[in-house]
Amino acid sequence: MSALPQARPQHVVCDGNEAAAWGVVLSRPDMVAVYPITPQTSLVEALAQFAADGVLDAEMVAAEGEHSVLSVLQGACLAGARTYTATSGPGLAFMFEPYIRTPGLRLPMVMSLVTRDTLSPQCVWGGHQDAMSVREIGWIQMYCETVQEILDTVIMAFKIAEHRDVMLPVNVCHDGNYLSFGVCRVDLPESSGVDAFLGQPDTNWHVALDPDRPMGVDPLTGGGGGPGPALFARYRKGQCRGMQNALGVIEDVHRGFRARFGRGHAPLIEEYRLDDAEYAIVTIGSMTGAAKDAVDEARRLGQRAGLIKVKTYRPFPLQAMAQAIAKVKAVGVVDRSVSFGWNCGPLHQDVLGTLATLPQRVAAVSFIGGLAGADLTPAHFARALQTTAQALAGAPPLAPVWLNEDDR
Amino acid sequence: MAANLLAHALVEEGRHVVAIPSFGFERRGAPVAAFLRFDDAPIRRMTNIYEPDCIVCIDPTVARAVNIFDGIRENATLVQATRKPLGELNLPGQVARAGLCDAVGIALEIFRRPITNTLMLGAFARTTGLVRLESLQAALRGEGGLRDAALEQNLAALARGYEVTAVHAIERRAAA
Repeated sequence: MSALPQARPQHVVCDGNEAAAWGVVLSRPDMVAVYPITPQTSLVEALAQFAADGVLDAEMVAAEGEHSVLSVLQGACLAGARTYTATSGPGLAFMFEPYIRTPGLRLPMVMSLVTRDTLSPQCVWGGHQDAMSVREIGWIQMYCETVQEILDTVIMAFKIAEHRDVMLPVNVCHDGNYLSFGVCRVDLPESSGVDAFLGQPDTNWHVALDPDRPMGVDPLTGGGGGPGPALFARYRKGQCRGMQNALGVIEDVHRGFRARFGRGHAPLIEEYRLDDAEYAIVTIGSMTGAAKDAVDEARRLGQRAGLIKVKTYRPFPLQAMAQAIAKVKAVGVVDRSVSFGWNCGPLHQDVLGTLATLPQRVAAVSFIGGLAGADLTPAHFARALQTTAQALAGAPPLAPVWLNEDDR
Repeated sequence: MAANLLAHALVEEGRHVVAIPSFGFERRGAPVAAFLRFDDAPIRRMTNIYEPDCIVCIDPTVARAVNIFDGIRENATLVQATRKPLGELNLPGQVARAGLCDAVGIALEIFRRPITNTLMLGAFARTTGLVRLESLQAALRGEGGLRDAALEQNLAALARGYEVTAVHAIERRAAA
């Protein structure tokens, strides 16, 4: 990783883990708590180095495990701190008890989720299975396509999380292996610009550990009688409202970022060569670059192919997705994980739900690939495009197409 | 480490670069590969490389475990750590240029261990001309995370790799 720069450089050459760490440095959290887990480990090492060098001015807690990591940060956040952590696969599993509690506490934390496939079979490589397994917990989930987008999204995530209409924790997901260790040039925004963009931490106006305004944090709520059921429903509805509010806030924050720093990323859904497309593939995460190259190649061959990329997965951008899908007659959804209950990819399920809101019929094919570090190349996407094009005419396959099944 | 330094050097020369390492469990001695693309235009695909234009093999024994020439393109370049002369290497016909460097022998002199990364970066620069030695030196000074004796050793290794690498143009055999 980079040595301590005397003057902060305008760009660095680094992998996605270090890019996330730079995003943390620029966001000036008050407290960072972390525990290393492959493929997130070098992110922790980068943060520790930055803290040791004085580049990261935050209290850094090396807790004894992920459960404690998030418990420590819950306390810090309730005391008014801006907080950050990062984890992956098995670390996320060990963190689950405080993790599931964080959205209900409405704590605006930011956590990088360096995505990894789940055990078993034993594996240490990337895949979205960990992130997809927690997609209904109430954390906002955004998936990055590039190393630059990781840095930029970590910064934006604090502004989204702390927005008073949202007040929810955010997972910035970046793919284990291809993004966590992929090295590219990354531009660093001006530190003072990020300060002005984010403003002061705003984390505990609604619930606080504060001797000056004592309150019971998270008392027992619910039950079968009295005011409990109505109160519990009110809290749940509030969470749902926060999630729905996040869609607009995510768009605003991305727009503001582009206006201030001169580069930007699609906030919810990116449409690529879609306007005159007949069919499209739907992608998420780092696979998208190779998929775009495959779409370009299909276009060169006269095919009317397009692409829809999901950046924000939770809350699901139903309206943006419906508008995108309405432009085509068939979609092929490429998931980097499995929904065991539905025998398809999880994103495919969301697309099926979206189709139910459209008046017209759109054929949909589920592709599963890139599991456990498997590569998804333009050749894989050429096959996905071809299969999707075939669905225009005939009945699409009912079972998922496993893209790496014949790799050697 | 070598791919990372090369990425830094190429970026400083104004290129767009994507370098992706590939490895299994954390243990020493296992074969590892790293894939690097560079271009004057932005690179979108974050994927491994299956049809390399250039192969840099920094361990003379790794070919026993993997076929390093898998997918090699026509008119490819090989940068090989070896003490053997060209004639004793059984190279596939696609290799049109080979840079050979006794990197292990020199590394044992410089580091007293067979660490060949920076030596082979020098060999790569000499063989291909795709990156300037000065850019690699700057990358090593700025980004290698090395200082004092370790930095000096690696700078020496880089220069030695550049100096001693013998570059051979290989005449194409008649097409079958």
